[in-house]
Amino acid sequence: MSDIEAIRAQLLGDIEAAADAGAVEALRVAALGKAGSITGLLKTLGGMSPEERQVQGPAIHGLRESVTAALAARKDVLDAAALDVRLAAEAIDMTLPADAAPRGSVHPVSQVMDELAEIFADMGFAVATGPEIEDDWRNFTALNIPETHPARAMHDTFYFPDANAEGQKMLLRTHTSPVQIRTMMSQEPPIRIIAPGRVYRSDSDATHTPMFHQVEGLVIDRGIHMGHLKWTLETFLKAYFERDDIVLRLRPSYFPFTEPSAEVDVGYKQEKGRRIVGGNGDDEGHAWMELLGSGMVNRRVIANCGLDPDEWQGFAFGVGVDRLAMLKYGMDDLRAFFDGDLRWLSHYGFGALSVPTLSGGISA
Amino acid sequence: MKITLDWLREHLDGDYSVADVVATLNRIGHEVEGVENPAEKLAGFRVARVLTAEKHPQADKLQVLTVDTGDGGAPLTVVCGAPNARAGLVGVLGLPGAVVPANGMELKVAAVRGVTSNGMMCSTRELELGDDHDGIIELPADAPVGAPFADYAGADDPVVDISITPNRQDCMGVRGIARDLAAAGLGTLKPLEVPTIIGEGAPATDIRTDDPEACPAFFGRTIAGVTNGTAPEWMRRRLEAVGQRSISALVDISNYVMFDLGRPSHIYDRAKLHGALVARRAKQGETVTALNGKEYTLTDTMTVIADEREVHDIAGIMGGEHSGCSETTTDVLIEIAWFTPERIALTGQALGLSSDARSRFERGVDPAFLDDATAIVTAHILNICGGNPSTVTRAGTPPAEVRTIDYDPALSATLGGIAIAPERQKDILASLGFGVIEQGGRWQVSVPSWRRDMDAAPDVVEEVTRITGFDAIASAPLPRTDGVARPTATAEQLVERRLRRAAAAAGFDEAVTWSFIGEAEAAPFGGGAWSLANPISEDLKVMRPSLLPGLLAAAARNRNRGAGSIRLFEIGRRYLADAEHPTLAILMAGDRRARGWQVGKAAPFDAFDAKAAALALLEAAGAPADRLQVMEAVTPGNIWHPGQSATLRLGPKAVLAEFGALHPALTRAFDVDGPVMAVQVFLDAIPAKRASGPARAAFTPPALQSVRRDFAFLAPTSLTAADLVRAIRGADKAAIVDARLFDRFAGQGVPEGQVSLAVEVELQPAEKSFTDAELKAIADKVVAAAAKAGATLRG
Repeated sequence: MSDIEAIRAQLLGDIEAAADAGAVEALRVAALGKAGSITGLLKTLGGMSPEERQVQGPAIHGLRESVTAALAARKDVLDAAALDVRLAAEAIDMTLPADAAPRGSVHPVSQVMDELAEIFADMGFAVATGPEIEDDWRNFTALNIPETHPARAMHDTFYFPDANAEGQKMLLRTHTSPVQIRTMMSQEPPIRIIAPGRVYRSDSDATHTPMFHQVEGLVIDRGIHMGHLKWTLETFLKAYFERDDIVLRLRPSYFPFTEPSAEVDVGYKQEKGRRIVGGNGDDEGHAWMELLGSGMVNRRVIANCGLDPDEWQGFAFGVGVDRLAMLKYGMDDLRAFFDGDLRWLSHYGFGALSVPTLSGGISA
Repeated sequence: MKITLDWLREHLDGDYSVADVVATLNRIGHEVEGVENPAEKLAGFRVARVLTAEKHPQADKLQVLTVDTGDGGAPLTVVCGAPNARAGLVGVLGLPGAVVPANGMELKVAAVRGVTSNGMMCSTRELELGDDHDGIIELPADAPVGAPFADYAGADDPVVDISITPNRQDCMGVRGIARDLAAAGLGTLKPLEVPTIIGEGAPATDIRTDDPEACPAFFGRTIAGVTNGTAPEWMRRRLEAVGQRSISALVDISNYVMFDLGRPSHIYDRAKLHGALVARRAKQGETVTALNGKEYTLTDTMTVIADEREVHDIAGIMGGEHSGCSETTTDVLIEIAWFTPERIALTGQALGLSSDARSRFERGVDPAFLDDATAIVTAHILNICGGNPSTVTRAGTPPAEVRTIDYDPALSATLGGIAIAPERQKDILASLGFGVIEQGGRWQVSVPSWRRDMDAAPDVVEEVTRITGFDAIASAPLPRTDGVARPTATAEQLVERRLRRAAAAAGFDEAVTWSFIGEAEAAPFGGGAWSLANPISEDLKVMRPSLLPGLLAAAARNRNRGAGSIRLFEIGRRYLADAEHPTLAILMAGDRRARGWQVGKAAPFDAFDAKAAALALLEAAGAPADRLQVMEAVTPGNIWHPGQSATLRLGPKAVLAEFGALHPALTRAFDVDGPVMAVQVFLDAIPAKRASGPARAAFTPPALQSVRRDFAFLAPTSLTAADLVRAIRGADKAAIVDARLFDRFAGQGVPEGQVSLAVEVELQPAEKSFTDAELKAIADKVVAAAAKAGATLRG
């Protein structure tokens, strides 16, 4: 065996046996450093005859390459082993809790209002709004409820001592119906709107709060009749409750701002202490519950808004938003809606991404 | 309005059950609120005869009775404490199992002082038939022993409670309801019998109306020689069944006619009257003590019935106590008047006085039913109380002209949604008392005098459709526009929706709190511009000038329930003097981050959490985030921490949001402990985005990499970070695309009153990379701009 081969065998053996990066480095210096054994051999090449160099050159270079490669390989092996050791030392109990990102929520009233907007948009209704501090004329008089009308007493109105520039008493709107007036006065028919919002009655007990939410619907067009009202309410409620078995019962009633007027009952059955909307109220195990007030807009109201009641007619309806939310999502205490209890909000609230859409479902 | 089935039969012939009545009433627009049969309460009580009565061996005040229950069995032993219990008495026995109506107690076989009692002889009070509790009920000796007492007492008469809508005064009497039911096919309306009364001589009291505007008609007659005992049993029973206490024959008669025919009347004791009885305006400040025992002070807008000495009646609302009928009354005056509804309503509202008469007069009673009503009231009095009637004085004339409505029968379909044959419509209208005259295709519909609510053709549509039944309305789809549904939301609505979802996504829970708050809660916010005249409580009195009080109160409630971290938001209105302003508020209290194994102690929220939320929300709302300036807070009171709060503005006037730490004095007042951070975003201050279509501005990412350079400055503490950064950004608008403050240090190595600020500046080369010389030039500009702002480069 030549010297070179002996050196190779020795070095490769030492490299293979190197226990850590320091030993590898020491071997590298010993072999390839300035005073290294292979460096020394390379230096001998300069003193050789061309013929000798032709033989020794490739041999020594081959030695250097194999040692270099062995050093690198050994280093990789040792590095990998060291990494394994480090990673093993870094092991953590992965059942430890992670930081919880706060989970916000959308209030059920807001969610239901978004649902209503989505459903009614498909039927061509826009969303209209109006002030909650209203004047007497728009809340009552224009809606055919003069001061001496007995229906005023039924409204339990909150009044302000203030009057507006026209001398009208100011009050908190008792219903969303003044938005009808504002819309008809500011917009040319045909009109299709819903008007959700806060309304106020000076009434407070287990099932009434002095503030609650209503949504008003208004259609003014040519040739609109009670059949359109019924279809609209059926279509809306089927979409809202996501049930095809919604059955409505219209009962004649009286509201000063509609004529004819109808109260609308919906069939339901009681299941595990909850009212489940659906089915015919006259069927076995079912009953009716009053849900909406509605009717054909009174001619006087249309005329009060400056429109010609011989040309334009239409319907209006109103329903409690909180009530709709309770019926669909199963809350049973209206007062809790306005308490801001985080436990209630996180239970009954909706995720930010639960946006109601027609394609994804109204109850997203 | 309550009616009984038996009373209804007085006006409505036919074979119908109470269930038929309820179903029909609901169908035609009279909502039934409840049905109750008093007989159900009397189950287990029967007519029984006392055979023997012996003193109880162990008790002086008790007797031991043997009672014949009429079922043929052996007499029952019953212990009784009533003084009037005696052999031969026929009374009412409650058997074991029966429930005493007055106290809900179920009767059981029980020993009373050692004697087994098998039931109870009852008093009228125990059966809720009256107030008498001095002794047990004594029935006539021929009362059928063994019969269920409910049958004997005629109590098996269901009471139907009906919600009469305010437009239907005509149905505030049993007869009106009978008329509607007959029109709906339930039975036949009996003709109303109006007696002919031959009066003798003029009324003993002169009658006139001096206020024809409020009292256009005042009819009256006197009757001499009446005896005011108790009303007959049938009348008392009916009145009591509908909740009207029996008082005396004369009072009961007046009430009976009101509930029977919807016609209020007033009967005066003529002995208490002096001179003529006149309908006139009250004198300002005049007083009257009404039948409810309360004194009312009147104004000159109110109408009264008065004689030459005093007021005897608040016209159409309530009679006076002084001239009411008593058992000593012998001569009476009957008033049948017609009062202008609006005036009754205003007087009733002003006095806060409700009565059955007012609720009828203010809705408008039948102006053609004065003479008949006078005759009917008179006949009842003559039958029950005797006496000699005078002729009738008719002061004034009621407004009884017949009104007609122009009607097109096609409207039942084109408005009411039900096609009803014209002949059928005519029949319905006729059954309700309307007349129809055809003129070409149109009808002139004459309105019966009792239907004051009829105003125009849609009212006629309602009549024919409600009697037909709204079940016949067929659904008709609204016409739909071509293609998919168009978007309908306004810009404001979109902003609100985006903000709501953004706030929820950022971890805030949406609350809805009252729009009204207490005055004290509003005070730190400058007070409420709108204060209710009639709040339900002092806590809910003024319209909120800020959303923060409501959220603070909610935070306090949550803290009391043990909530560790509170992140609430609300979107609602602030009610200021000028308008209602849509606003989003955020409140953070408690722990920002709970204690944890990684981070140790819990960390509270700080003002920069509020700032981050404010900026994120404004960006979500589409506000130009890069142009927002942080400026001083607007603090009308102690709302904000004076050193840790600010506003975000687009120029000095346009405040888009305020944020920061709330003033400890404020949070203490709301009982919220620890630092509380808040944000209010003023939605109506956010400028609307210009509609520019869906396409974005053209953009290609720069080909060359940007370059970052750090600069550290010494600046006086008065120099804000924003001013320094703005100055640096402005140093070379072409090259500098961003400048970000990343370190702030004061203390060792930094002179007193100064602060070290480090800023990373990002430079974007355009066509070719920056040369060293260019970089140097830019750096010089940055240093110069900073120097101009007051900062010097740290050596």
